[in-house]
Amino acid sequence: MLQHCEGCAHVLFYPRTHCNQCHSEQLTWQVAAGTGTIASFTVVRRGVSSDFEAPYVIALIDLAEGPRMMSQIVDVDTETLAVGLPVRVDFAQWSEDITLPVFRLQTPSD
Amino acid sequence: MASSGGSGDFALIGMAESDVGIVPDKSPRELCVQVTLDAVRDAGLTLREVDGLITCNAFAEPIMYHAEAVAEYLGWQPRHCVTVNTGGGTTFMALNMAAAAIAAGMADTIVVAMADSLRSFMTREQSMVVQSSSGHPHYEQPYGPTVPAYYALIARAHMHQYGTTEAHFAEAAVSCRAWASQNPKAQMQDPISVQDVMNSRAISDPLKVLDCSLVSDGGAAVVVTRRERAVDGPHRPIYILGYGEGHAYEHISQAEDLTTSAAVQSGKAAFAQAGLSHEDIDLLQLYDCFTPALLIQLEDLGFCDKGEGGEWLASGAGKPGGHKPLNTHGGMLSYCHPGNPGAMFGLTEAITQMRGIAGARQLPHIHNALCHAQGGIMSSHASLILGVER
Repeated sequence: MLQHCEGCAHVLFYPRTHCNQCHSEQLTWQVAAGTGTIASFTVVRRGVSSDFEAPYVIALIDLAEGPRMMSQIVDVDTETLAVGLPVRVDFAQWSEDITLPVFRLQTPSD
Repeated sequence: MASSGGSGDFALIGMAESDVGIVPDKSPRELCVQVTLDAVRDAGLTLREVDGLITCNAFAEPIMYHAEAVAEYLGWQPRHCVTVNTGGGTTFMALNMAAAAIAAGMADTIVVAMADSLRSFMTREQSMVVQSSSGHPHYEQPYGPTVPAYYALIARAHMHQYGTTEAHFAEAAVSCRAWASQNPKAQMQDPISVQDVMNSRAISDPLKVLDCSLVSDGGAAVVVTRRERAVDGPHRPIYILGYGEGHAYEHISQAEDLTTSAAVQSGKAAFAQAGLSHEDIDLLQLYDCFTPALLIQLEDLGFCDKGEGGEWLASGAGKPGGHKPLNTHGGMLSYCHPGNPGAMFGLTEAITQMRGIAGARQLPHIHNALCHAQGGIMSSHASLILGVER
């Protein structure tokens, strides 16, 4: 789900109370395709804390609808990563109550 | 003419540095107090003759109202007293605010002081967690990014867009270390090669440990006043000729452009105010938190074409013997980096060179210097041009 601005058709991420392009408050939620491309990526070799076991992939994903978000790319051979590759969203259990969007490289059968 | 921050109306008349690197015997507040007193003494003044204080909080010893606490510790009641926080750009933001406060009549002479002890007063994990907490708490931090990871995203984008290589980034580290190897105070002094950088421990691809700035203890302070007062001091005044800011975003995942930063705007504004050209700049002190940041600043500040930062560094232009000496104390990559105060050491080095007191490291004809600082993940920028003449 992504916010769409009724005032200027801008699609936002992260969610806000006002459109970050025209400042309208007329924002609606619409289902997103769940696809995007890799804008950039890195393989973290030294994790931020003992809660995160390296290596893991941090990426910036350009969503099909326009906005960009940070996420992880999971279940991937890091040697195959490249800027511009297509990815598809999945949802990972981060805690008992919270799921986080993560991404996988899109395979031809997707 | 702008009324604050430039045009030679204000000058730096005093400076001081603490010991840097690994300094376990003084807390951040004690370092801050020490450099405040030393800078005031260097200016030929007593604390009673200084009526303003601007500081930055310390990660390793956070104090809610930091500047007020430092003044209280010193038994001092300055007319103007405030804590500033814009990340790594706090240094020159605070300096410009000091000039603006003097212009507004809030004080006549202000000391800008900051210190932190990321090495000795925090564990490695604490330091990493605190620094990566600059990321968005909901939309970035849950994925476990580190500050090197944020900059690695920038580096990868630059490699993809311009063909920059890991060896190009490594040249930045080699360049700064070449200067540090001539500086007995530098935290790291052994010369390194591009291969040494490439072989160093991987932190977040494509960045290795030698692509990353040091984690240090240290503090520094400068004293700023009006030019009319500056001429009475014991040292040649160092005039603030130009200052500019650029602010594009806060969180890297919200940046519209990963490879060009708002240093474009801050540099242009500083040059316009100073009325100088790039050829007039004899010394560069840029913000080398990570090698890709340094490379991109060279481009965005206009010292080479966009995409050519790697070639500029590889040419040796910034190294000893090069035509545009860069980070001549060793930078944050090799001299020290205590967090938010990092760029203060680029400033004190610029003053040292311009006063002619750099000893074995002294360069000839350093009349104008450009110092740059940035906060966040190349998010906010401050460019400062200094000169020995107005």
